[in-house]
Amino acid sequence: MTAVEQPETPLGHGNMRRKEDARFIRGRGTYVDDVTLPGMLHGAVLRSPYAHARIVSIDTSAAQAHPKVRAVITGETLAGLNLAWMPTLSHDVQAVLATDKVRFQGQEVAFVVAEDRYSARDALELIDVDYEALPPVIDARQALAEDAPVIRDDLEGRTDNHIFDWESGDAAATDDVFASAEVVAAQDMLYPRVHPAPLETCGAVADMDAVTGKLTVWTTTQAPHAHRTIYALVAGLPEHKIRIISPDIGGGFGNKVGIYPGYVCAVVGSIVTGKPVKWVEDRSENLMSTSFARDYHMHGEIAATKDGRILGLRVNVLADHGAFNGTAQPTKFPAGFFGVFTGSYDLEAAHCSVTGVYTNKAPGGVAYACSFRITEAVYLVERLVDVLAFDLGMDPAELRMKNLLRPEQFPYRSKTGWEYDSGDYPTALRAALDLADYPALRAEQALKRERGEQMGIGVAFFTEAVGAGPRKHMDILGLGMADGAELRVHPTGKAVLRLSCQTQGQGHETTFAQIVGEELGISPDDIDVVHGDTDQTPFGLGTYGSRSTPVSGAAAAVVARKVRERARIVASAMLEVSADDLEWEKGRWFVRGDVEAGRTIQEIALAAHSDLELPEGVEGHLDATCVYNPPNLTYPFGAYVCVVDVDADTGQVTVRRFVAVDDCGVRINPMIVEGQVHGGLADGVGMALMQVMAFDEDGNHLGGSFMDYLLPTSMECPSWELGETVTPSPHHPIGAKGIGESATVGSPAAVVNAVVDALRPFGVRHADMPLTPAAVWSAAQGTPLRTDLAIT
Amino acid sequence: MQVPAQFRYEKASSVEHALTLLDRFGAESRVVAGGHSLIPMMKLRLAQPEALIDINDLDELATISVEQSTLCIGALVRHTDLLSSALVGEHFPIFADAERVIADPVVRNRGTVGGSLCQADPSEDLSAAFAAVRGEAVIQSADGVRTVPVREFFVGPYQTVVEPGELLVQLRVPIRSSASAYLKVERRAGDWAVAAAGAELRLADGVLAETGIGLTALGAPNFHASEAEDFLTGGPATDERFAEAGRIAARHCNPIADQRGPEAYKRHLAATLVDRVLRVARTRWNGLHPEEEAR
Ligand SMILES: Cc1cc2nc3c(=O)[nH]c(=O)nc-3n(C[C@H](O)[C@H](O)[C@H](O)COP(=O)(O)OP(=O)(O)OC[C@H]3O[C@@H](n4cnc5c(N)ncnc54)[C@H](O)[C@@H]3O)c2cc1C
Repeated sequence: MTAVEQPETPLGHGNMRRKEDARFIRGRGTYVDDVTLPGMLHGAVLRSPYAHARIVSIDTSAAQAHPKVRAVITGETLAGLNLAWMPTLSHDVQAVLATDKVRFQGQEVAFVVAEDRYSARDALELIDVDYEALPPVIDARQALAEDAPVIRDDLEGRTDNHIFDWESGDAAATDDVFASAEVVAAQDMLYPRVHPAPLETCGAVADMDAVTGKLTVWTTTQAPHAHRTIYALVAGLPEHKIRIISPDIGGGFGNKVGIYPGYVCAVVGSIVTGKPVKWVEDRSENLMSTSFARDYHMHGEIAATKDGRILGLRVNVLADHGAFNGTAQPTKFPAGFFGVFTGSYDLEAAHCSVTGVYTNKAPGGVAYACSFRITEAVYLVERLVDVLAFDLGMDPAELRMKNLLRPEQFPYRSKTGWEYDSGDYPTALRAALDLADYPALRAEQALKRERGEQMGIGVAFFTEAVGAGPRKHMDILGLGMADGAELRVHPTGKAVLRLSCQTQGQGHETTFAQIVGEELGISPDDIDVVHGDTDQTPFGLGTYGSRSTPVSGAAAAVVARKVRERARIVASAMLEVSADDLEWEKGRWFVRGDVEAGRTIQEIALAAHSDLELPEGVEGHLDATCVYNPPNLTYPFGAYVCVVDVDADTGQVTVRRFVAVDDCGVRINPMIVEGQVHGGLADGVGMALMQVMAFDEDGNHLGGSFMDYLLPTSMECPSWELGETVTPSPHHPIGAKGIGESATVGSPAAVVNAVVDALRPFGVRHADMPLTPAAVWSAAQGTPLRTDLAIT
Repeated sequence: MQVPAQFRYEKASSVEHALTLLDRFGAESRVVAGGHSLIPMMKLRLAQPEALIDINDLDELATISVEQSTLCIGALVRHTDLLSSALVGEHFPIFADAERVIADPVVRNRGTVGGSLCQADPSEDLSAAFAAVRGEAVIQSADGVRTVPVREFFVGPYQTVVEPGELLVQLRVPIRSSASAYLKVERRAGDWAVAAAGAELRLADGVLAETGIGLTALGAPNFHASEAEDFLTGGPATDERFAEAGRIAARHCNPIADQRGPEAYKRHLAATLVDRVLRVARTRWNGLHPEEEAR
């Protein structure tokens, strides 16, 4: 990591410190839990201790009698309001408070509203629930067994735990390629269930004003507008009477896309008591009940020639979706964008099939910076390429170089139908190998192996598909994935940009001001970015899947260009020339051929609000709005090299070096981009080496606190070595691609490849994440662990 | 936010006051020292004491000193102070080794030596370290003071000989010529041990005159490996014998499978860590006694 000098504020793109940091560093942010309203009450959720049980009865009388309790809400109360169940983002339903059965440990059973947080929590212990335990379905691989208990007997006619089958690619063509291939390598692999674990847990303050009929909800959401519409549809409240405010958010990573039962309970609590109600979950509740990520049991096969030309990929996935299908993804993509599993390689045919199943675990599935499951896809293909290299005895970097898409193939239509917008893959891989000094690393490894020391070098290449998305293909619950933007330029030339997406730490208040600054030549310091309040911002689908810069960023550029064109007309009136005779240079319009005769954007803004006579049909002011419907996704990519040292006797892994070359197209604020990469790499190290939510046979969650669910610390992270290439997106107004998830997507494979490479002397070809010391040692002994189950 | 159940809070101003409070509130009261074990359990409502007796003001329990050739460590000495104490480091480097890998600086700034031992978590590092060096626990009550060897301090997981109404006030270790070390395998910095081992040894005329081996998170009775110690004592400090001692320790401990690893792995770690930590202690001994090594 290099120290960053305090840069001057650039007039547009370039390094500048984040505008929002002043309040965060001073502890002056406003998070949901900081919101305190007069008369506010506090809610707490009673949760199921069982993974699967029938509710025989619920006795709330003792809790009701608690002197500080104002309301106790159960599934029965909600059923009376037709709110016991709510739709999920994947066209399933989810219990708000359980009425018939509980289906995962930690499921919401009752909600207490009390005068303070302590009393609400105390009262939970006074609720007596009589459960009749049922056998749970914990191992996803047993979910479709003949005799598996049926979890979703609430759904008409359900006789098994099957949710969906989905496929992509050409099965017949793929089978043909495999039938005639010289080499086929196959590998089972698990991308275990992990959790985004944002530092701020989820919560809401709901305030129903009985007089105006207006509901205001301060809530931890990455998608405030989508939440507003869903509340309107679910609760039957008129949408103009709902205001969702997403204040400062302490990390989202996909955890805060959906609507949780606790939010709905807070709203109902406020309606029932007539007072504002705050509900903020604790750490264990967050880990045990909110959106998890991954949980893909994958079987991959790769076909190739003997000399390492990759021909095809064939993949079967068993997807554990938990008790309710609550993944957040575009409707037509039940497996997210897993279809991009052909990755960065030029091959002849590919096919995958994905089967989704219910288990007695929390719902979720698409979260944790996964770009709608591209994390799983990249991990799969990058592990398969290494498995092939292992079988062929080839160098994994060389094997990749041989098969990467070539620059002249772009725009490239993949065998599963995705149109990659731009890329120069060999240059990026070469840059990473150079930065790492790959040949020297291999030489060092050979020397160490002679001495019996285990060192591993892992290479991974990834292609992402982000910025969902074109509305004709992509919607969530029928809401198309286009984003609005509004730009107001005040008379003095200062501006306010209003965005639909919501920052959770990505630095939007800085980056988006820079986008507008670049287009208009107004200093980003003079541009305020307003977001996270549905009453103040135009509609849009929110921040996740690395979509803010590809979609809302494009909207910001487009709306700024609209303002620039309005300014041109005003300038033409000011200069008394035809608008066609004006030329733009950053910050001013001037008369073609007479550079001196011009007007700055600030001068123009004042004139636009003055008594200046404007041409017929021009209204004055410079303000503009737009809606940006992306023509395609953007396809960031990168090449990563990880170096590890492994103590084979104890199984301990040390990540010694990590080289990351990322290409996200044009970099608006390179410093923020690097920050995003740093965070994502740390995430990747965490997933590869320590993070997992395993369950015992009774369905007990074995990662319900930060003592058990391990997040990486700076001690596990090397000093990141970053590089970059820049291949602009041809269809994005400023050539930018998303960067928020690149490193999380690309790094786990690099770390695992490195550890497996270190274990080569033990004949290890694959080992599942997380590669804890026990998992590494067990793999080296030839007795790999099932990391999703309790270790016995 | 996790919130504890209701409790009463009393702040002790002296050891005597603390003992009076303990007597007054009885078995349902708990001493709070650093609070880094007790408070998390209270927040999860696994512990619901009726009263907390805060001993953090008892400066007399927060000192490290040498009295009559005995290292005396007050029960309220913070992890961070044990870690940075030159006095402790000079005589028993095992403590600095262990402290360096206990939790993180935030926890070490508050957590105490006495709290660690009284918590008696099978994964507590200091329990094994004190067991290895054969320390003694000084326990005080209204009736007076008694001293218990650390090797007899633990009754079972989370259970010690400290009775209601008693306070652990000090830990003592006789200073003698010795070398010691501690090694731990963890899944991540700040994590509790997957397994750990501590060793203390003294050589005389080329044979091990004294050997102490502590084991953490391995289900060793009272945190030490007596069979391996017995095997080593009286014989030379060779690689082969260290490896054999490791195997003996592995056979006699009782690790249980959990998310940190299966039993076989933990037994393997017992053997590996005992072997390795003995070698580190031997290297330190040789560094202190170059003339003996030459002999
Ligand atoms: C995140 C985290 C990681 C940790 N990792 C490790 C680790 O890797 N290794 C490790 O060894 N420890 C670890 N710990 C525990 C830490 O060392 C604690 O500080 C220690 O276990 C307890 O010390 P305390 O002073 O905080 O005790 P408290 O929590 O105050 O008390 C613990 C128990 O001891 C009793 N008690 C305390 N003092 C006395 C006394 N003088 N007389 C009688 N009874 C007393 C209390 O009543 C209570 O029952 C970790 C803790 C945390 C929070």
